[in-house]
Amino acid sequence: MRYAMAIDTAKCVGCGDCVVACQTENNVPHGYCRDWIVESVSGSYPSVQIEIRSERCNHCDNAPCVRCCPTGASHIVEGGIVMVTHEECIGCGACIESCPYDARYAHPDGYVDKCTFCKHRVDKGQDPACVEVCPTHCLHFGDLDDPNSDVSKALKNRDWKVLAPEAGTKPQLYFLT
Amino acid sequence: MKEEIFVSGRHLPNIDPYLHMWHWQIALYLFLGGLAAGILFFAAYYVIMGKEKQMRATVVWAPVIAPFALVIGLMALFWDLTHKLYVWQLYTTVRITSPMSWGAWTLLIITPLSIVWVASYMKEMMPGWDWKYDILNKFEEWVIKIRKPLAWVMMGLSIILGVYTGILLSAFNARPLWNTSILGPLFLTSGLSTGLAAIMWISKDEHERKALSRIDLILILVELFLIIHMFMGFLAGSAVKTEAAALFLGGEFTVTFWVFVIVLGLAFPATLEALELRGYHVPAWLPPLLILFGGLVFRFVMVEAGQITRFLY
Repeated sequence: MRYAMAIDTAKCVGCGDCVVACQTENNVPHGYCRDWIVESVSGSYPSVQIEIRSERCNHCDNAPCVRCCPTGASHIVEGGIVMVTHEECIGCGACIESCPYDARYAHPDGYVDKCTFCKHRVDKGQDPACVEVCPTHCLHFGDLDDPNSDVSKALKNRDWKVLAPEAGTKPQLYFLT
Repeated sequence: MKEEIFVSGRHLPNIDPYLHMWHWQIALYLFLGGLAAGILFFAAYYVIMGKEKQMRATVVWAPVIAPFALVIGLMALFWDLTHKLYVWQLYTTVRITSPMSWGAWTLLIITPLSIVWVASYMKEMMPGWDWKYDILNKFEEWVIKIRKPLAWVMMGLSIILGVYTGILLSAFNARPLWNTSILGPLFLTSGLSTGLAAIMWISKDEHERKALSRIDLILILVELFLIIHMFMGFLAGSAVKTEAAALFLGGEFTVTFWVFVIVLGLAFPATLEALELRGYHVPAWLPPLLILFGGLVFRFVMVEAGQITRFLY
């Protein structure tokens, strides 16, 4: 089993619903966020290209945050989801330094926090909160090993890219272009 | 032209707009850790070589600095943790792939070892010193008896400590400036050099200072050699590496690095040491002060600049 997410950059309008849904679902403290939206503009007028990306933790296959963690608080659970055990985290910041996507932050309570792919929902067979609320259905979540999952079907007939593949982290967020 | 902006109002403390998760405490610790590693290495080395009598400051007096440097460094590290009450979790596991885990365990051994080392010379430093309790006197006798094997252990640990201060940074491939394995030997060399500087500052023996000064001169040359190689590696590297190097070659850290680290911290004290060895009179405190200052600035520059560098996508 390998959970992953595909983000359709052609469909995303950058409304920010995924960000708000995550903050509500996961009690993310005020001023913090586990997912965010990047607007990438390239070219110059009149030939301007715009790409809107809903970004979060990439739940990397080769996760540098897990490798650098001195206590084992950062770990990978079944399905490839990268999790942080709050009671084992000392807040040294090594994982934050090691993440090429800057997807982690130190929670005001001290431990390091980040996107969990809403594991508590996924365990119940539900989609992550951000996927559930997306009004344009541009987020696709599921098991890559299952050819009939939402994410597998989304990736099948589209071109996609991952962010900073040269960092060697084998990220699991796929951006449909 | 390409422009990327957050449109969902992301402003995470210590991360946006520039990563600044590690503060001055980490830089100070890296300096003090290297300093202690250098001092303990040479103390152990001269005991192993059987030169305890000729190198009094190196073996007996300078190591007094080490426990203080280590404890202050550890307090600084602790200060920069965000989940402080859980610090003991470091010692519930050994993570082979995490340099910080290696460092935590090394420090757990070398800090008490440095205290024991200093304690075993208390009677030589303060004639008439008495440990008051019989068990402590017996322990001291035992330590003095096994001093040579102890020196071997301390030498090994001090090398691990010195290398670790660099590897700690180089393990992060997300920060291109840090992600070069040359930081291990570079920080070790710099640590050994600052350790020697501290010993030379303390030593009153002309003979000892000359011997140390000679080694220090070589270490500084090795350090310059490693820094040149570091830049060669960056400039021959990928886009993120050349961007990292650009911070020092015209970018915002250019003056701090070249003036304070390279010229005042390495080249100038090396010249002074060379002149002194040729018989010119140089104030004894000047080269060590410059080397220590340069070493400290070097740690600050690397910690600050490294956090600015990142992958762009």
